[in-house]
Amino acid sequence: MGFDFDRLVVDDVSRHFGRRRALSRVSLTCGAGTILGLLGPNGAGKSTLLAILSTLLAPTSGRVRYGEHDARAAGPMLRGRLGLLGHDLYLYPELTARENLEFFARLYGLDRPRDRVDGALANAGLADRAGDAVSGFSRGMRQRLALERALLHGPRLLLLDEPFTGLDDASGRALVNRLRGLRDEGAIVIAATHDLDLAEGLLDEVAILREGRLLAVPRAAGPLRERYREAIVEAGAAAAREGRAR
Amino acid sequence: MRQFLRVAWVVMRKDLTVEMRSREIVYTTVFFAASCVLVFAFALVREGRPLEDASAGILWISIAFAGTLGLGRTFERERHTETLRALMLAPSDRPAIYVGKLLGILVLMAIVEAVLVPLIGLLFHAPIFARPHWLVALLAAGTLGFASVGTLFAAMLVRARSRDVLLPVLLYPITIPVIIAGVRGTAAIFQATPDEPMARFWAALLVFFDVVFVTLSLWTFEPLMTE
Repeated sequence: MGFDFDRLVVDDVSRHFGRRRALSRVSLTCGAGTILGLLGPNGAGKSTLLAILSTLLAPTSGRVRYGEHDARAAGPMLRGRLGLLGHDLYLYPELTARENLEFFARLYGLDRPRDRVDGALANAGLADRAGDAVSGFSRGMRQRLALERALLHGPRLLLLDEPFTGLDDASGRALVNRLRGLRDEGAIVIAATHDLDLAEGLLDEVAILREGRLLAVPRAAGPLRERYREAIVEAGAAAAREGRAR
Repeated sequence: MRQFLRVAWVVMRKDLTVEMRSREIVYTTVFFAASCVLVFAFALVREGRPLEDASAGILWISIAFAGTLGLGRTFERERHTETLRALMLAPSDRPAIYVGKLLGILVLMAIVEAVLVPLIGLLFHAPIFARPHWLVALLAAGTLGFASVGTLFAAMLVRARSRDVLLPVLLYPITIPVIIAGVRGTAAIFQATPDEPMARFWAALLVFFDVVFVTLSLWTFEPLMTE
């Protein structure tokens, strides 16, 4: 394994789309063996931040460092250590579950792709549907398969956008256990989610975004949902005060 | 280099497997190209005698129209499933993805041309077997030039709302030299007495365009796709 890193640093990152500011001066740090939850209402900038972290989008200003490296310099080697499960699942519906995974295994140049794919299909609970086209799968089955696609190459940084979408209770709990396992193996997991119940007890750190800005997370102990609500309400009140002052 | 070629091969094989399952692009482009040729045949063939020198132009117009349709559909598939993002995340040089997509499109266009050329020969009495090696060379070089720019633009426009309109608007002005060279070279070998030096000249010009277009596309693909 040539390229690796044990720390992700987001330093003063902003991203504008024309006049719209999707992210504004976001800074955070995340070490190996950590699950960071990205919380926030719709349009807060969570997916934009994940796209920047995955190197698919360049920040307008600021920089992201993966250990000692930055995205532009590390290029393909860095991408080999990233796994992304987007809101869209990046699967080819015309191909079977096995063909999808084998395609990505070969794209990543993995050794023994068939063995890896067999393991991934077993992890997804889809070994008996390996030969079926993905177009016939339910959303939950696709979600499980897409997670295995993102994990196939053993990424150091795993980026998840709404990973619990479409999963039933058992699959949701299985995913929670899987993410804990990855954390124990030293992965950096960043998950954007609205499912605060499943995220409760899973997340080591929480970052809350609202209108592209990172909010202060209340330090007081208490359920995640309450701390989240408190942060959002406080940010709303601060924005109203700022508006009146102008 | 080996990794580059491996990724290009894997992407092309995937595209062809997907196409073999759906047969959507092959059927639509072949049908569209054949329809074009038939419409021209009804318009330009009178009492079994085609308009002189029309066959080469009709062949290349049909290739360009069908190719544009195929290019748009290939990337529409990647847009629909957002899989282009997953390809961009692969740990390889991003131009390898471009080459893989280009190879897949070239195979599809070759299938269309395999139907078009005999049809042109049949309906326009074009002497397609007069200089078959020159015809194949001109088609190969012209298709590569057209598809290399088309693949780049189709990938670039994948997120544009009016991509179906923009693709031909951007593609045709830039590939007009390729189409003109293809038409003139093909017309030279479709003459009653094939003009090989003229065909060689236009084929060489097409190879020059290929080198320029492929080089520029490989160079610009990564920066264009990163944003």
